[in-house]
Amino acid sequence: MSALVVRRVAFALFLVFAVSSAAVVLTHLAPGDFATAQFGQGVGPEAMQQARSRYGLDKPLGVQYRDWLIQAIRLDFGRSLVYDRPVAELVPERLANTALLAVSALLLATVLGLPLGIVAATRGGVVSHLIRGVSLLLLSTPPLLTSLFLVLIAAQTGWLPAGGMRSVTPGSASSVTDVLLHMIVPVAALGLPLAAMLERLQARTLAEVLEQPFVLAALARGASRTRVIWRDGLRASLGPVAAMYGLLAASLLSGSFVVEMITAWPGLGRLVLDALMARDVYLVAGGATAGAVFLAVGTLCSDLAVAVGDQRARDRQ
Amino acid sequence: MKRFGYCLLIALAAAAWSAPLLAPHHPADQFSGLLNAPPTIIHVRDGQGHWRAPFIYPLVRVSQLEQRYEEDSSRPIPLRWFAGGRLVGAGDTGETPLLVLGADAYGRDVFSRLLFGARVSLGLSLVAAVAALCIGLALGGVAGYAGGAADELLMRTSEFMLILPATYVALVLRAMLPLVLPPDIVFWLLAIIFAVLGAPVVARGVRTIVRRERHQDYATAAVSLGASHTRVLVRHLLPATRGFLTVQLTILVPSFVMAEATLSYVGFGFPDPVASWGTMLHDASTIRAFADFPWQFAPAAAMFLLALGVNLAFETEAESTRRTLYN
Repeated sequence: MSALVVRRVAFALFLVFAVSSAAVVLTHLAPGDFATAQFGQGVGPEAMQQARSRYGLDKPLGVQYRDWLIQAIRLDFGRSLVYDRPVAELVPERLANTALLAVSALLLATVLGLPLGIVAATRGGVVSHLIRGVSLLLLSTPPLLTSLFLVLIAAQTGWLPAGGMRSVTPGSASSVTDVLLHMIVPVAALGLPLAAMLERLQARTLAEVLEQPFVLAALARGASRTRVIWRDGLRASLGPVAAMYGLLAASLLSGSFVVEMITAWPGLGRLVLDALMARDVYLVAGGATAGAVFLAVGTLCSDLAVAVGDQRARDRQ
Repeated sequence: MKRFGYCLLIALAAAAWSAPLLAPHHPADQFSGLLNAPPTIIHVRDGQGHWRAPFIYPLVRVSQLEQRYEEDSSRPIPLRWFAGGRLVGAGDTGETPLLVLGADAYGRDVFSRLLFGARVSLGLSLVAAVAALCIGLALGGVAGYAGGAADELLMRTSEFMLILPATYVALVLRAMLPLVLPPDIVFWLLAIIFAVLGAPVVARGVRTIVRRERHQDYATAAVSLGASHTRVLVRHLLPATRGFLTVQLTILVPSFVMAEATLSYVGFGFPDPVASWGTMLHDASTIRAFADFPWQFAPAAAMFLLALGVNLAFETEAESTRRTLYN
């Protein structure tokens, strides 16, 4: 067990290192840099050269990368060129917002998807078809479409805030309720398609499990149907569903990017996008590191959960 | 339901294919007096209640500040069909704009842009999907057949790539290149980026299948007959991947349509005035449009229909959950 943890943590560290290094290198490889992006064609060559050396952009790539790495290991991610504030100030708050969005969406998806999947697999008739139909519709609307649709409804009806994380008007409702209200649209946009996917997966897996001979045997022995489903069926279907959670960190991050853009939720996505456009190397690297940390933590958690849950996986390690 | 899905897909493909014929206007045509105009309603009954051939009333701007329009009921203009190389147009000279789905913020016909945008978005996604399949087939086939170090390398790199969030990778790759590029370059660039993003899943699947098939009797027979490695791989083993590849194609195309929309939405995709579903959504996404001009979000409905069609048409029997034992 501890060997598994050590290996996973090592991989997580490698992931963070690889992603942040790649971000630094790729941003440097892009044509132009922060100085050219900022000042464009309007400045003479000497002024441009001065600006570049002021930001340390005229040193060769290897040197810049090495300097950045040395600082980063000490958790000093430099100053953002765009905002002129330490990256370590800007990124964590945005990362927290994105994490809040992603985790809430995951919770919503789990709470909605898994029970409905169980119902769909065990009850027949109208209910099962209805659930399947709704899931099909939601599966056809990835976060891009759901967020557009929900913002459209919010703007047309005025029931919910159509964007942002907090209201700008003073004297609005208490801060926590305000944020919760603003969270409804983004979390639903990210979570509903995921719920549909989980529901389908749970329904499929449980249905396959319930076809197994051991289930028939249990029923023949006189075990009640409810007990068979909830005790034996569920435990056996836990594996594939839990394994899916490991892959969800990446799609949550991807999906949250779109949702943040459309609903103006102040998360990591907007920050990284602006940084990329302005070729702000330090901010891009900081943002990429934050994203990688999120990914690493997410995959680590789910891997551990799977290992704890599935005896076979544990034995194999 | 399956048939309905196929119908949807065929309808979308046909609409995209025949865009130059179906669209009443050129996608870049701007009607400066009709910014954000609502859809033109096609009437069949006139003011006196008589039935007539389909006609429209021209729109007149009532308030420039609010961008409100009203129909000018004094001038009914009949639709003309099959004139000027287009299916339908308005008026005897075809000059009055026929805005079936209204106009965008620049006064361009949303319906025409939707049709031409379908060509761009669907075309890009198909090209990228086929490219992803080819790359994945090649890499996965070789890795699965050769085994050993090549196999390990493929599995490790594809695993790493699959852990990364696709949207961010596409964003960074696109940002590496000049931000302002001509549309045809953008097309091929996006196709390459998407193909690279889609290839790992395909490669892994192909590798698994090839590895399994390699030990089947027919493969052993071919080898013993003296077939070269290439021949065994290409002629005998790769055809086994046909089913998997078809499924992957149906998954990749809608994903790439969404990816193009996402990139264009944040300005990293096609430039103005190219009509793609993504750029249309980009143009439409102002607070005013959400509240007052919802017709500008027609591409979202089109993308939904594409995804729905794919899901309906290709939902396999294994995914349905009729449990006769427990009903």
